[in-house]
Amino acid sequence: MNKKSTLSWKEYVITRLIKASGYSAIIFVGMILYFLLSQGLPALQEVPLSSLIADRWYPIEDYYGILPLLGGSLVVTIGATLIAVPFGLASAIYIAEIAPRWAREILKPIVEILGGLPSVVLGFLGIMVLSPTLQVWLDLPTGLSAFTGSLLLGGIAIPTIVSVAEDALDAVPRSYREAALALGATHWQTIWTVTLPAARSGVLTAIMLGIARAIGETMTVMMVTGNAPVMPNGPGALFAPVRTMTATIAAEMGEVASGSTHYHVLFFIGIVLFLISLAVNVTASAVIFRQVKRTEKLLS
Amino acid sequence: MISGCSLQFGGNGDVPEPVEVESYIENKGSDTIVNLALAWAEEYQKLHPEVRIAVTGGGSGTGIAALINNTVDIANASRQIKEQEIENARENGNDPTQFIIARDAIAVIVNPNNPVDQLTLEQISAIYSGEISNWSQVGGEDRPIVRLSRETNSGTHVYFLENVIRLGEKESERLFSRDTLLLPSSEGITSEVSQNPNAIGYDGLGYVTDEVKIIAVAREVGGIYVYPSPESVNSEEYPIARDLYMYTIGEPQGAVKEYLDWILSPEAQAIVTELGFVPIINP
Repeated sequence: MNKKSTLSWKEYVITRLIKASGYSAIIFVGMILYFLLSQGLPALQEVPLSSLIADRWYPIEDYYGILPLLGGSLVVTIGATLIAVPFGLASAIYIAEIAPRWAREILKPIVEILGGLPSVVLGFLGIMVLSPTLQVWLDLPTGLSAFTGSLLLGGIAIPTIVSVAEDALDAVPRSYREAALALGATHWQTIWTVTLPAARSGVLTAIMLGIARAIGETMTVMMVTGNAPVMPNGPGALFAPVRTMTATIAAEMGEVASGSTHYHVLFFIGIVLFLISLAVNVTASAVIFRQVKRTEKLLS
Repeated sequence: MISGCSLQFGGNGDVPEPVEVESYIENKGSDTIVNLALAWAEEYQKLHPEVRIAVTGGGSGTGIAALINNTVDIANASRQIKEQEIENARENGNDPTQFIIARDAIAVIVNPNNPVDQLTLEQISAIYSGEISNWSQVGGEDRPIVRLSRETNSGTHVYFLENVIRLGEKESERLFSRDTLLLPSSEGITSEVSQNPNAIGYDGLGYVTDEVKIIAVAREVGGIYVYPSPESVNSEEYPIARDLYMYTIGEPQGAVKEYLDWILSPEAQAIVTELGFVPIINP
C-alpha cells in the first residue's frame, strides 16, 4: 500500500516534468515570436512599406529594400534543394534497399559524420577550392556565386535527408517487399512503387528538414555567395553573386545601434525568415496528413 | 588553503619584484587601430612597469561615445570626431583634444595577372559605382570587372564611399554598384583577388600580401601615378590615405600625456611601420 503510493507520487512528478518540457517548446517558440515581433514590427512604422518592398539594400544610406535578400535566399535554397533531394534520396535508397549489409554499416555512420561537419569548415573549403575551380570551369566572372552556395548547402542538407529518409525506408515492414517480389515485381519496381510510397511521410519529413537546414544556414553562404544585394532575375541569377537574408542579419547585426531603424529592419527580416520556415513546415505537414488519410482509406 | 598556496607562490624568489602601479590608462575605440594600440601598450608597459594600459576595440563611434561620457582616458578613432560629438562632449564639460597618431593608406589591389597597373581616382570611382564594368575600358583585357568591398559596417567601407567613390564631394549621391561583392573579412578579399583575374579590391596597406598586385593611383587625369607607401602618404601624393586619431578630454596630463608623447616619438612610430601603417614622422 505504502509502496504503491510512493510510486504514484513519483509517477505524478515525472508525468508533470515530461508535460512541462513538452509545453516548454511551445512557450519558447511563443517567446521567440513575441521578441521578433516586438523588435521587428517597428520597422513598418519607421520605413514605408514601399521602401521595404524595394530592390535596393544599402542600409548605411537608408535603402532598406529587402526583395534582393529574399530573392537571394530563394535562389540559393532552390538550388540547394535541386541538388540535395535527388542525391539524398538516391543515397538513402541505396543504403536502405540495395547496399549489402557491410557497406551499409560503413556508409550510414560516414554520412552522419558528414552531417556533423561545422559549416564554417565547408565555407572555408568553398572559398579556397570550390569557388576558384567553378570560376575556371564555368568561365564565370567570379566563383563567389549563388551556385557555389547552392552546392555547399546541398552538401550540408544531404546528410540530413539521407539519415532521416533511410530510417523511414528501413521502417517499412519487410512483408511489403516480400509481397511485391512474390507478385513478380523487380527489385526496382518494388522500391519505386511499394517501399518509397509506403515511407512517403518519413521521406517528406527528411526533405523538409533538409530544406530547413539549407534556408537557415548562415556561415557558409556568407563566405561563398559574395553577398552582393542584387535582385535575381532569370535563371542566370544562379551563377551570379547574391546576398541572403541570414547572411545579412549575421553580417550587420554586430555593429548596428540597438533600437535604430536598421536594427528593426534586421529583425523584420528575421520575421520574414520565420514566416518562410513556418510555411514550409505547414505545407509539409498538410501533405503528410493528407497522405495518411488516404492510406487509411485504402487499408480499410 | 587557497591563500596559503598563493602566498607560497609569492614567496618564490624568481618572480620579478612587484612594481607599485601608479596609474591606469583606459584606451578604447577603432578596430582598425586596436592592434596598433595593443602593440604600443605592450611596449610602453615594458618601459614603464608602473603604468597599466587597458586597450579595447569596439569601433570609432564606441570610443568617442565613451570619451563623451568620460569613461575612457584615450579614445581611438579611424575618422575625425564629428561636430555633433564635440558639442555633446562640451555639454558634459569635456573638451576633446585631437592627436594624429598614425596614418593609414588604403591600397587598391588586383590580380597579379591583370595587366592594368595604374588608375586615376576618377576611374576607380567609375569602376566601383558601376559606370565602368569591363577591364578593357581602363586599358586592360576584355574581362568583366568584379568589385570587392568590405561589409558596410567597416569604417574602411565608409571612408572609401565618401572619399573615393564620391571623390570627397559631400552632396554626391553616388553609391557602390549593386553587384559589388561585400566580403566579411580582409582575408576574403585577398584570397578572391589573388585567385580571380577579374577582381578589384581595396584594403588597408597593412593587410596587403604578396599574392596581389597594388595599383598606382593618380589624383586626376594627367597626374602622377603613385604607389601607396609611407613616403607617398606623408607627402600627400598618394590620394587614398586617412589619418588615425586619438582623443583625450582636455589637454592630457600626467601619465596620459607621457604616453601620448611617447606614441609620437620615433621609437613608437617604428612599431607603426611594423604593423603596416604609415608613421606620421619619418623615423
